[in-house]
This record gives sequence, C-alpha cells and structure tokens, in this order.
Amino acid sequence: MSATTYAWLVLAFPLAGCLVNALGWRSLPPRAAGWIGTGAIALAFVNSIAALVAMLDKPASGRELTSSLWTYASAEGLDIKVGILVDPLSVFMILVVTGVSMLIHLYSISYLESDRGYSRYFSYLNFFVFSMLLLVLAGNFVLLIVGWAFVGFASYALISYWYRRNTATTAGMKAFVINVIGDIGLVLAAFFIFRELGTFDYLAIFSSAPQQFTTNEGVVVAICLLMLVGAFAKSAQLPLHTWLPDAMEGPTPVSALIHAATMVTAGVYLIARMHPLFLQAPTAADISAFLGLATLIFAATVALAVTDLKRIIAYSTISQIGYMVMGVSIGGYVAGLFHLMSHAFFKALLFMAAGSVIAAMGGTQNIDRMGGFRRALPFTSALLIVGALALAAFPGTSGFFSKDEILAFAYERGGFYVILAIGGYVGAFLTAIYAFRIVFRVVYREPCPEARELERGHLAHAEPQNPLTGEKEDTDVGFPGPEHQIAERARPMAVAMAVLGVAAIFGGYIQVPGVDHVLDTFLEPTFEDSPLFRDIHVPTGTAWAGLAIGGVLSLLGIAVAYYVYVVAPQIPERLRTRAHTVYTFLVNKWYFDELYDTVVYRPVIAAGRFANTVLERVVVQGIVTAAVDAVRGVSVIVRGAQSGFVRAYALLLVGGFAALGLYFLIVSS
Amino acid sequence: MDISWYLVLSALLFAIGAGGVLIRRSPLVILLCLELMLNAGNLALVAFARQHGDQDGQVFALIVMVVAACEVVVGLGLIVAMFRRRLPLNVDEMRDLRG
Repeated sequence: MSATTYAWLVLAFPLAGCLVNALGWRSLPPRAAGWIGTGAIALAFVNSIAALVAMLDKPASGRELTSSLWTYASAEGLDIKVGILVDPLSVFMILVVTGVSMLIHLYSISYLESDRGYSRYFSYLNFFVFSMLLLVLAGNFVLLIVGWAFVGFASYALISYWYRRNTATTAGMKAFVINVIGDIGLVLAAFFIFRELGTFDYLAIFSSAPQQFTTNEGVVVAICLLMLVGAFAKSAQLPLHTWLPDAMEGPTPVSALIHAATMVTAGVYLIARMHPLFLQAPTAADISAFLGLATLIFAATVALAVTDLKRIIAYSTISQIGYMVMGVSIGGYVAGLFHLMSHAFFKALLFMAAGSVIAAMGGTQNIDRMGGFRRALPFTSALLIVGALALAAFPGTSGFFSKDEILAFAYERGGFYVILAIGGYVGAFLTAIYAFRIVFRVVYREPCPEARELERGHLAHAEPQNPLTGEKEDTDVGFPGPEHQIAERARPMAVAMAVLGVAAIFGGYIQVPGVDHVLDTFLEPTFEDSPLFRDIHVPTGTAWAGLAIGGVLSLLGIAVAYYVYVVAPQIPERLRTRAHTVYTFLVNKWYFDELYDTVVYRPVIAAGRFANTVLERVVVQGIVTAAVDAVRGVSVIVRGAQSGFVRAYALLLVGGFAALGLYFLIVSS
Repeated sequence: MDISWYLVLSALLFAIGAGGVLIRRSPLVILLCLELMLNAGNLALVAFARQHGDQDGQVFALIVMVVAACEVVVGLGLIVAMFRRRLPLNVDEMRDLRG
C-alpha cells in the first residue's frame, strides 16, 4: 500500500473510535470505551509508522504525495476535493500526534476510571485526535479550515467536559470564542489566497506564489498576518493566549493532549506549512518571530509567580510554543518542529506527573500546599524531575538540543535576529527556574499532610470540590469522579509516563549538531524550496557554543531555584513583600484578562445593554406599536360593516347584484 | 319557440327564494329558499337549452343539481350540529363574527 492509503487509515481509525464510543456507549461493556479509544489511536499510530516506512522507500524527490477521495465542491473555476497531502512534514506531524495521543489515551484509562462520563470522554478524545490529524493531513485550505474548526470544537467540548462546573463551562466558551477569532483570520486569509491565485490547493498555491507575488507586496503580507491571527489563537500566543491557562479546567489528560499533541502545535504547523507564503512576506514573518519572543518571555515571568500547578505548566507551554513560533518564523523550520516534538514528549509527561500529584493531593492544585512527595510518590517524582529537566533544557535531554537549535539558528541568521537568540536565552534561564520551582515545591521540602498519609498507604480523599472556587461538588455526571488515581497504583498511567520519560530524555539524540541530522534529512523535501533552509546552516562549532551557553544557563537556573526554594525558602516570601507591585503584576498575568475585560467585554456588554434599552425598547418597539395603532385606527371605520347578521350580508349581496343588473340594463338600452 | 313564460316563472321563483333568504330567520327555511333560487336558475338554463336546441344548458343544470346536493349536505349538517349543541335556531342570534 502506498503512503497515502496509510494516511487515510490514520484518519479513519480515530473517527471510527469516536463513532463507536459515541453511538455504542449503552451496549458496550462499562469500561470498554477506554480500550476502544486507545486501540483506535494505537492503530492510527501503527499506520503512521507504515506511512513513514512507505515514504522512506521512495526517492527524496518523490515524497510529496496527494490523494483525494471525492469532490467536495465543484463550480465554475472552483474545484475542491477531499484531498490530503502526505509529505515529510505531515508524516512527521501525524507521528507526533498519534504517538503522544496514544499514551495520553492510555493514561486516561486509569485516570478517569471512576468518572461517570467515561465513554463520552473517550469519544471526545478520539474526535480531538481525528480533527488534529485532519488539520495536518489536509491538502487544501478548505479541509484545513474544517480540521481547524473541529479542533476548536473538540477543545471546547473537552475543556467543558465537567459541564456542571461553572468555571469549566466558562473556560470552554472562552477557548471557543478566541479560537473562532482565529478561525476568522484563517478563513479570510484563504479568501484572499483564492482571489489572488484562484485555487485552494496547497501545491498549486506554493508553486504559483513566488511568481504571483513580489516580496512584501501588500496583499501577501495581509494574507500572512491573517494566517498569523489563526495560528496565534490556536497556539495561544500574545495577544490571544488568555484561553490556554483557563483551559486547565478540563481533566488533566486533556490538558496534556491540548498542550502536547493536538492543539497548540497547530499554529506552529501552519506557519511551517505556509513557509512559501511567509518567504514572500518577510515582514509578517518578522512580526511573528518577535511576537513569539515577547510571548515566551511574558509567559515565563508569569510562570514564576502563579501558584496553581497546572497553570504553571500551562504558562510554560505558552512560553515553549513561543520558541517554536520564533523558530519556524525565522526559517529554522526543522529546529521549530524538532522543539515541537521534544516539547510534546516532556510536556505530556509533566502534565501526567502533575495529574498524579494532584490526585495524591485529593484534587488540590496549589503548589504552596504541596511538598515532600519524594518518598510518597517515588515514581511520579522521578518522572516529574525528568520532565522538568527536559523543560529546563538540562544538558543531554531532548529540550536541550531542540531549544538550542532554534536559538543557534537565530544567531546564525544574524542582523536583528540576534535579539531573538539573546531573548531566547533569557527565557531559557527563566524556564529553568520555574521548572525547578515546581520540582522543589512538590518533591522536596517538608512533606505535606497528604504526603505523610500516603507514605502510610492512605491516598488522600478530599471532599469533591472545585479547585478554583472551593465550592462543594457532586460526583455525578458532569463532575469529576469520586476516586483519585496515582501512577504508583495504576499500571496504564505508569506505562504511559515511563515511555514518555524515555522519549523526553533520549528524543533529542535524533538531531545532535555535528553527529546526526535525522530530522533535517527527513524534512528536506518539504522545505528545500526555501532559501533560508538551503543557505543557512549553523556551523557545528557555533551550535556547540550555543549548547554550552544553554547548558550553563540551565544549570544556573536550576541552581537559583535550588537556592531560592530549598536553601533559603524565606526568599520568595521576602521578595513577595518587597517587590509587591511586580509580584501582583505577575500573579495577575500582566492584567491581560482585565485588559480584555475593560477593552472588549465591558464595552460590548454596555453596547448590548444600550441596544436593549434604547434600540429595542424605544426604537424597534416604537415602530411596531405605531404600525399596530395605525392599522387599528383604520379598521375601526370598516368594522361597522361587519354586523354579524347573515341576512344583512345576503341583502347587500342581492341588492348589489340587483343594482349592477339595473345599471347594465340602463346602459345597454 | 317562445320561452318568455318559462323565464317569467324562473324570475318569480328566484325572487321568492331571495325574499325568503332575506326575510326568514330559521336556518332551515333559508336553506330551502336557497334551493329554490338554485332551481329557478336551473329552470332558466333548461329553457335556454331548449331554445338553442342543444344539450349544454341541460348538462349545466345537472351540475347545478350536484352542487345543490352537496350544499344541502353541508347546510343540514350545520343545522343538525347547531341543534345538538342546543344553539338557538335563529340566524340573527348567531352573530359572533361581528366586527
């Protein structure tokens, strides 16, 4: 079978899993949904590998394959097919997506075991993976937009999965609304492309774009900026990032899925996929790169201050995606995608470890209340440290190689791109601090009461409550289940975390400067048309120098975190009081939510209220009342004729006919 | 052939029927008077058919009879329904459709 056939199967299995779970939940055995969902994704992963093998059999020049099932829409000058594009980039993406998603599904089997909406959960989860696969495999803009919107819906459904929690449903709506803003950008970009080039097909667009557009022509910059709106909304970059921290309302594995595999990487993929257009619009690419830089520093500073375990990791995701966006925007496509892959490994791992810790805490997410889990949760602690090491780019881990490749590329590109490299290193330093803030808070220090209990074999069992507001909750459908699962006692969770732990440490060795360049070679057919890819090669010496700087900064950051959180734990408290303004600023996430509240939300609500009181009540109802009164006034006059006496009507009829007859008689004579 | 007497008779019958409809209050009698008017028309039709010497008018008269039969069905049905509901059998008292 050819690579495209496997790619269709990759799409088919998650969809089938979703449908089986969604339609058969009554007749299936109670806990079958989890294994069906996991199996579907595992089969998709196997088929992704088969697609990779089939693709590697072909010569490098013949690795761009298209295939279409049927015609989606056909009209004069418009021919849209349900078509996929299978090239090294999409194969790379489906491998990462299905591989990591499979492990997250596996983890979920145990983690949500006691939840009443088990089948619904796995149905959504499979749909999410299917949407993301559709997004990365799409061969034209129409299918891309379909996948793009599906991903938005699936994230909404999963963030609001515990639908009886008010905070969860609001977070879901927030994510959906911001994603729709992004969808609008993407759709408008597609319209512009169609107007200029007359096609939605990727390959046709990429081949005609260099001839059609001059560099930095207004329209192509507009197209790229509109696409960036879409990409930034999905990838939670400034200024459209506010939904992602709130998305923590979903179950922890969902956070892992959104952050690692299926959603936030879509924007990075889009920029990499559209590189022929971005090459024609360097201004847009630069804007994107610098917004990425701003995002990564902004998110890293917030991650230093917030105390909710999942939100720290969420801000770390925003920050890491900033690196990727920076990478793919300046032409370091492979570096950006490499970081996407290693980030998927360690971020999924971090969330899984966090899930296990939160379960041990009985649902509490505040890291100030945690501590000393190293004896109570040895396995989770070890893997949390592995994830944090990779996140902090500790020498030898996957994050170490991938993050520095982006920064080395930025440095090598020269000019003002050096700023990106410098900013990136500052961010890396902050990353190491906040990554180990989590570790030192959760794993070290004095054991908290829950950890002590767990050491004696008692898993904390708190009354179910909302971690944000502290409200008491049920354990009925629409709320989290009654039981908590920790990796030490649930084998599927442990297996998933162990695999990811290995990947997070060793995933970086596929691309070590001067040693091997697996990804570079594999992705070459997709990016060879880009002069940035062809001409800019980071010399091995520079790359290792960059790695050395990165390693030193990482160690330094960890040392600082060790000093501040372990050796002198009074420092954070003192900083908190001394630099109170800065601290409040950071804890309130730079007041972005408040800004949007004042600039967008309140004016819109005020406008709505105005429309209700003035437009609706006075203007619209005034017109309606006036019209009704006019009709009623006229009808008073006519109404008298309707006496209700049948015989009077008959008289009118007969008299009328008689009068008419008389008239005609007189006229005719 | 001279049909003027037939027409005079027809006109008289029609006038009697119309007068009945206008004057009487009982729905049953009004229905009877309506039938009378229809039959006056029939008489005129048949007379004209005789004058012209073809069957068109007679066919038309047959159709009128069918219509009349249908009308009787509906009208009597209404009257029976009124009777069953103990409504007054007086058209002047049934004026709910007054504007």
